Amino acid sequence: MSARWSVRALLVAIGIAVLGLFPLVFSNPTTTSIAEFTLIFMVAASAWNMFSGSSGYIALGHAVYFGCGAYALALLANHLGFAAGWGVFALVPVAGIVAGLIAIPTGLIALRARRHTFVVITIAFMFIFQLAASNLAFTGGTSGLQPPTPLWSVKAYNDNFYYVTAVVLVVTVTLAWLVRRSRFGLQLLAIRDDEERARGLGVRVARIKLTAYVLSAIPVGMVGGIYAYFLGQIFPQFAFDPLFDLSIALMAFIGGLGTLAGPLLGALVLEALQQYFTVQYGASQAYLIIYGALFLAVVLLLPRGVIPSAQELIERWRVRASAPGSEPEEPGRAGDVVKTAGVR
Amino acid sequence: MNASSLAKAVVDGILTGGVYALMAAGLTLIFGVMDIINIAQGALIVLGAYMSYVLSVHLGIDLFLGLFITIPAFFALGVFIEWAFMRRLHERDRTAMSILVTYAVAIIIEGVLSVIFGVDYLQLHASYTDSTFHVFGFYLPYIYVFGFLLAVALLGALYWILYRTHFGRGVRGSLQNRIAAELIGVNVNRVRAVSVGIGVAVTAAGGMLFGATNAFNPSSGYDLISRLLSIVILAGLGSIGGALVAALFMVTLEDVVAVVWSPVWATLVYYASLIVVLSFRPGGLFGKAAVRAQ
Repeated sequence: MSARWSVRALLVAIGIAVLGLFPLVFSNPTTTSIAEFTLIFMVAASAWNMFSGSSGYIALGHAVYFGCGAYALALLANHLGFAAGWGVFALVPVAGIVAGLIAIPTGLIALRARRHTFVVITIAFMFIFQLAASNLAFTGGTSGLQPPTPLWSVKAYNDNFYYVTAVVLVVTVTLAWLVRRSRFGLQLLAIRDDEERARGLGVRVARIKLTAYVLSAIPVGMVGGIYAYFLGQIFPQFAFDPLFDLSIALMAFIGGLGTLAGPLLGALVLEALQQYFTVQYGASQAYLIIYGALFLAVVLLLPRGVIPSAQELIERWRVRASAPGSEPEEPGRAGDVVKTAGVR
Repeated sequence: MNASSLAKAVVDGILTGGVYALMAAGLTLIFGVMDIINIAQGALIVLGAYMSYVLSVHLGIDLFLGLFITIPAFFALGVFIEWAFMRRLHERDRTAMSILVTYAVAIIIEGVLSVIFGVDYLQLHASYTDSTFHVFGFYLPYIYVFGFLLAVALLGALYWILYRTHFGRGVRGSLQNRIAAELIGVNVNRVRAVSVGIGVAVTAAGGMLFGATNAFNPSSGYDLISRLLSIVILAGLGSIGGALVAALFMVTLEDVVAVVWSPVWATLVYYASLIVVLSFRPGGLFGKAAVRAQ
């Protein structure tokens, strides 16, 4: 038990060190730009997983909150006369709050439905918001909005954005960890496993689901804001992008749905790969084939994702190493998670 | 707005709605038999449009005659997709996993089409797509009428298969209760494979008609699948008759709103009506909410 905890603490420390040192080691702007997009998706996938991974409700409309965050930051920065620079980053939490507020009514409506209907309603919301953004006057229509662009050197530009996003990532993962450890997180898992029984046992199902939904929308809105500021422009089709919805779901699935590290690993691999392909081969659509094939392979061969499968493998190896044919003496907390995942 | 443009909207809506009904019927059939939401349906429709494009432009085969090639080919493709991807999903959380798997299939199709054909918009052309006739004070391309008739004919054939054949009885049995159907000797695996084959085969016809009435590119599938999903969810998943009603209703509503209010907001009304209906009837209009509840 304690050995496992120290291994985890070590892994977290290494992760934070790599996160902090990365731009110092790889200072090439192309690389740091790829890293920035990767961080954005790590936050989004992690936040998405906090709701969908824990509750089993697959949401394919989180682009709504990404886009709302992006537009909120651009609109506020332009209308409140923010000078380009560090000040605009103060709007990132505001973008998150706006996204969270929008998640309340949309979540209320979508969560009335059962699982597969829920998926479709979230997709419908995504298209409604995309349409609204393309046609309303205050969002600038199809030409979008241009938030102020800071006059930093290329290196400082990428590094500043990188570190701001890294802070958001650490906050999001901490939040996800706290949720996972809490009574609230257990109630979510109960809803995933058997919603009717959870309700029967006194879990306030509707309230728990909505809270998790809103909580997961907030970090997505924050990185949406960062994304808009980083690119210096935002268009409806990039802000509310169906591929975004799919990408974050895919990242969480590849890494391991419902695990803490899974979405991070999935986003790290997929987004970096996709950005690399785009840089290397231009805007070719060929990456779609690889993307889809990879996705298929993971869903069919490792239906629970890389992390749970790897954990199980290590567990099995450890059991065999300690005493052939015997069960692990005390499965502990991590073991429980593996077991729950195994039952799914 | 005047009476003539309103009449055009209604006629347009009903004729196009028939084609959507055909495509939605395939989607809801696959769901009903397998609990699988086939996100790839939109991409398959686009693939169907490209197949018709290749046949008509490069081989000079008429759009409607080409269907004698594409429909069987798509049937085989559907059987393959069922065998390769859908059958392997576990019974539990199959619906959620199927969304991901078929989404992946959709992305692969989109990627292949983009690599081969590029991302420029295409449209299918034939004598009957470009010439029009005069009715109710407006001009209508012949393809709308031909397409509607084809959709009605194929829906009729689907009805005949489902309600007048031994195989159809097996399908309907599997729709109602899979385990009971298996117990009384229905070969559920075969029923599933053929159902998905049929569900995919109709997209060949749907794709040709879509491509002849709309400009399309490899990513047109997203818009299509969200519309089709709205239709089948509004109707209630697994209800084929409901899908017909919902398709005619939604597409006509959209066309009428486009005339009465503005084309820009018509799509909004389309999706908003879905959300309003589902707020009051979470199982859809004709759905069996309690039976299928997870």
